[in-house]
Amino acid sequence: MAERVVILGAGPAGLAAARGAVAAGKQVIVIDDNARAGGQIWRGQGERTVPGAEFRFGATVTGIEPERKVVRIAAQEVAYDRLIFANGARELYLPFPGWTMPHVMGAGGLQAMVKEGMDVRGRRVVVCGSGPLLLAVAANLEKAGANVIRVAEQANWSSLIAFGTSLWRWPDKLAQAATLGSWRFRAGQWPVRAYAGGVELSTGEKLDCDWVACGWGLVPNTELAQLAGCELRGGFVAADRFAATNVPSIFAVGELTGIGGVEKAEAEGFAAGAGRAIERDWQEWVRRLDSHFALREELLELAEPETTVCRCEDVPLGRLRQATGWRDAKLQTRCGMGPCQGRICGPAVEKLCGWKPDSVRPPVYPVRVKDLLEQ
Amino acid sequence: MRIRVNGNSIEVQEGTSLAAALENAGLTLFRRSVKGEPRGPLCGMGICFECRVAVDGVAHTKACQVQVRDGMEVICG
Repeated sequence: MAERVVILGAGPAGLAAARGAVAAGKQVIVIDDNARAGGQIWRGQGERTVPGAEFRFGATVTGIEPERKVVRIAAQEVAYDRLIFANGARELYLPFPGWTMPHVMGAGGLQAMVKEGMDVRGRRVVVCGSGPLLLAVAANLEKAGANVIRVAEQANWSSLIAFGTSLWRWPDKLAQAATLGSWRFRAGQWPVRAYAGGVELSTGEKLDCDWVACGWGLVPNTELAQLAGCELRGGFVAADRFAATNVPSIFAVGELTGIGGVEKAEAEGFAAGAGRAIERDWQEWVRRLDSHFALREELLELAEPETTVCRCEDVPLGRLRQATGWRDAKLQTRCGMGPCQGRICGPAVEKLCGWKPDSVRPPVYPVRVKDLLEQ
Repeated sequence: MRIRVNGNSIEVQEGTSLAAALENAGLTLFRRSVKGEPRGPLCGMGICFECRVAVDGVAHTKACQVQVRDGMEVICG
């Protein structure tokens, strides 16, 4: 009986892991809660599949038992011989006045909406925040017919120039930047307040627009790995050169082990799927990305006492500041206890208040009672 | 295809998510927050739960992870 490799996530890392495992003759099951493969970066780019691998879409993993080597999808159990976490990352959301208004979305969020069919032809969009993702989003928006009136990168030009040698690794990103027209890209500026119909920048400019696409960087989706008992290092899942975590038979690849983009995800994924060592150490690349787009201090002072931090439970920063820690905040204000379970507010609270979220418990994702009861 | 939103029939494109279809129809109010603020999609990837609407009688359905289906009944706001 072939070794059973279960892969969580059908983005670049998960798909590469599936290819590696199929090539190595394993039985492969890929689980993803989206309707199609591709993760975030390959959303809406047609069907991606791996011949020989079984895909289970629309499936949310809610629990894991490493001792019995099973993962749970609501009440259903999926057994594995080897488990590969490829859950990817989500955007970091930093609160600022007006960020909860409907015309403000994550940068990747707006891009995802467009890829799922939202019409942005002729719409004015401000793309802001930090990181190479902003250029990719701006380029995709323009391709979809939007009018990207500004790309505002909070890092300074000096940081970007220092990063410049690395940009040559992403010739497509350079091309994207060129097509935008340099006069629409600005460094060293950021949003300070969203208002009905636009956004005000740190420069004092008020830009009227239909959409504000705001992306501050990526945060790894480590919850399931943490639930499985995997150790974290600097907020990422600690994995060795075989992508192995400290938990036997459990591996982690892609953005989970360090934000590094598609190339890293595919290299680590394929190696883990095939049971081989990862050919290259990506941590230097990860460090370079992280340092050149580090978030400036001013961004932590954008939120005012009335600014909503926890969107699920409408908890403003002022109430949070009265708490003594994450658990106290949860008890006093319900921050982090809503449907998103701290996925949106948690990283922001960590940056604003310095509190680390406490332990992860199942179900890691909201699940219906009837799904738990079904056998 | 056509779906019904708050009792009104609207035309939507096949292959779009419900969230995208609602935005395309100018329906930007998906839900109201605890304090009554208008909210719409934020993350676009099923994590923020801001886009939840009732679909065919099932509440708290994330519109960004549901594809439009002919005859779908949606309650939002």
